[in-house]
Amino acid sequence: MLSIENLQATVDGKAILKGLNLEVKAGEVHAIMGPNGSGKSTLGHVLAGRPGYEVTGGAVRFNGEDLLQMDTEERAREGLFLAFQYPVEIPGVSNMEFLKAAVDAVRAQRGEEPADSVSFLKQARAICKQVDLDQSFLRRGVNEGFSGGEKKRNELMQMMMLEPRLAILDETDSGLDIDALQVVANGVNALRNPEHAIVLVTHYQRLLDHIEPDFVHVLAEGRIVKSGDKSLALELEAKGYSWLEEEVA
Amino acid sequence: MAQQQLDHLIKSEYAAGFTTDIESDTLPPGLDEEVVAFISAKKNEPDWLRDWRLKAYRGWRKMAEPAWAHVRYPKIDFDAVSYYSSPKAMADRPKSLDEVDPELLATYEKLGIPLHEQEALAGVAVDAVFDSVSVATTFRHKLAEAGVIFCPISEAVQEYPELVQKYLGSVVPQHDNFYAALNSAVFSDGSFVYIPKGVRCPMELSTYFRINEAKTGQFERTLIIADEGSHVSYLEGCTAPMRDENQLHAAVVELVALDNAEIKYSTVQNWYPGDAEGKGGIYNFVTKRGVAHHNAHISWTQVETGSAVTWKYPSVILRGDNSIGEFYSVALTNNYQQADTGTKMIHIGKNTRSTIISKGISAGRSSNAYRGLVRMSPRSTGSRNYTQCDSLLIGDRCGAHTYPYIESRNPSAVVEHEATTSKVSDDQLYLCQQRGIDTEKAVSMIVNGFCKEVFKELPMEFAVEAGKLLEVSLEGSVG
Repeated sequence: MLSIENLQATVDGKAILKGLNLEVKAGEVHAIMGPNGSGKSTLGHVLAGRPGYEVTGGAVRFNGEDLLQMDTEERAREGLFLAFQYPVEIPGVSNMEFLKAAVDAVRAQRGEEPADSVSFLKQARAICKQVDLDQSFLRRGVNEGFSGGEKKRNELMQMMMLEPRLAILDETDSGLDIDALQVVANGVNALRNPEHAIVLVTHYQRLLDHIEPDFVHVLAEGRIVKSGDKSLALELEAKGYSWLEEEVA
Repeated sequence: MAQQQLDHLIKSEYAAGFTTDIESDTLPPGLDEEVVAFISAKKNEPDWLRDWRLKAYRGWRKMAEPAWAHVRYPKIDFDAVSYYSSPKAMADRPKSLDEVDPELLATYEKLGIPLHEQEALAGVAVDAVFDSVSVATTFRHKLAEAGVIFCPISEAVQEYPELVQKYLGSVVPQHDNFYAALNSAVFSDGSFVYIPKGVRCPMELSTYFRINEAKTGQFERTLIIADEGSHVSYLEGCTAPMRDENQLHAAVVELVALDNAEIKYSTVQNWYPGDAEGKGGIYNFVTKRGVAHHNAHISWTQVETGSAVTWKYPSVILRGDNSIGEFYSVALTNNYQQADTGTKMIHIGKNTRSTIISKGISAGRSSNAYRGLVRMSPRSTGSRNYTQCDSLLIGDRCGAHTYPYIESRNPSAVVEHEATTSKVSDDQLYLCQQRGIDTEKAVSMIVNGFCKEVFKELPMEFAVEAGKLLEVSLEGSVG
């Protein structure tokens, strides 16, 4: 589904990704871990097509298409979703309106009519319940005055409404209490099936107690330096990253 | 202007009767007492009105153009303006929409303007226009049943002279300001509304006007009188951009809300704003004011997206005790547009209330200023004002300015003012794009959200159109 080859990228002229390779197949869950500043968040934004993030080398194919040739919104419509680490507020635009616009944009790409309002609202309410957000959130401005935890749940809600082929969660677990973490895990596990793939970017092993990854990768200095199964995450938890950096050096 | 020319024009009109041969008449540029008298004669006005116009003209000659607004434009040569030009002859008009500028049609399309209205607005000389007129006539019958008078002000001068004479200039005196004085001297036409005592106007006075509006000319004069306990909602303008060759517009609108009456006046202004380089465009210098008597309620709602330069402060004089004044405004400027707009709430009666909600959106290289005065006079005990003034910036080359003036001469009065400035951020746009929403749609959602409080004051069908209008007006402002 996603095939990254020797990806290099700069942010504000500074090289962050320095030859990254990654292969993600449908149905898989990958966890990407690594020390601060290793390029984890940058990877998510480069794949999503954030303005200002410049690809300087390598190739990315998404469902067989050249991802790097697509506009930001085109990537989203093709089913690439990024859950933001710090979701921004959009005052005055209700969550409902925002969700509807997003869902309809994706539907349009597939040649479908806009979702009918009644069943859309029904679905939105059901998902609200699943992510433990009160229904009144649908009427409130996007992330407007939300707490950190509510913002993360809102990201999750958007993900569940859009049912992306590939979901990248950028430290969605950070700053969450254990209950909220469980909600995130439930959301991700609900999306888990043979058609969808998930990439979890995380600092901590604890999320992986709730979502069992098929693969764990360690990102350091803009490259994936080690890959393994879930036991690698436990090893990192116990030993930190420094042994790896030494090993790589 | 040569007496000979004048005589010729006047004579040709008399020879042909009042309404028929009007098409060939256009006065050469320039303004003097003869021109004022000519306009008055052309409209067959009574002596008092001619003298009223002349008095306005004489005062205007001694007045100076206001220079305090935050707008810049080349000095206007008032002697280069023609003050009387009759409507275009049918033969000179486009025969069908095929002959109309495709860009204009594309905009109508985007706004969802029905075909027959497109024809009316573009000035097409076809039966559809007459259809619209007959629709209007139907409305007038229905209004007449309720005793509502709704007609061109030139007609009201003939049919209801006592009402016009009593109220014309009672809210905006002839010499109120430079542009109001000019308008008083040369006003072309406009609307007259009278709602009798206790009558609730049976319909929004909008559809009719929407069609009629296209012909009202550059010095429009509107007078609305809501007699005791009556109610009227009036919508001026149209979301569709209107063709107009006149660069200078100076309108006056007067509202009189007698005891317990309510007037809701909504405006959608979308005159030509000039091109993307700032060439051309209408100068819109408008004086709008209402007087609210005891327990009366006047509400102004405006959506201003057009004109190169806007100078406009719809105001309420809260004369009677317990009267209410409201001002809800969305002013959007893009490219090189400049707007200096706001309101004045003059509290005179006791326990009066006013609310001001102003939303300014600046994009491109435009400049958008809110200017508002709240005055609490000494006898206005127990009165309150609440002002909320928000600015939204799109891009980094535009400007937003706020000039609130508060004069409180009564210790019991409460005046609140809140102001915010925000920007459509790259991060907001990125979030939208990442969810599949393109930038234009994202900007339009954000701007519409910003304006929500004002849009909900508009008549329903126009709230939707106003949203689309902002979208069209903002095209090309991002990315």
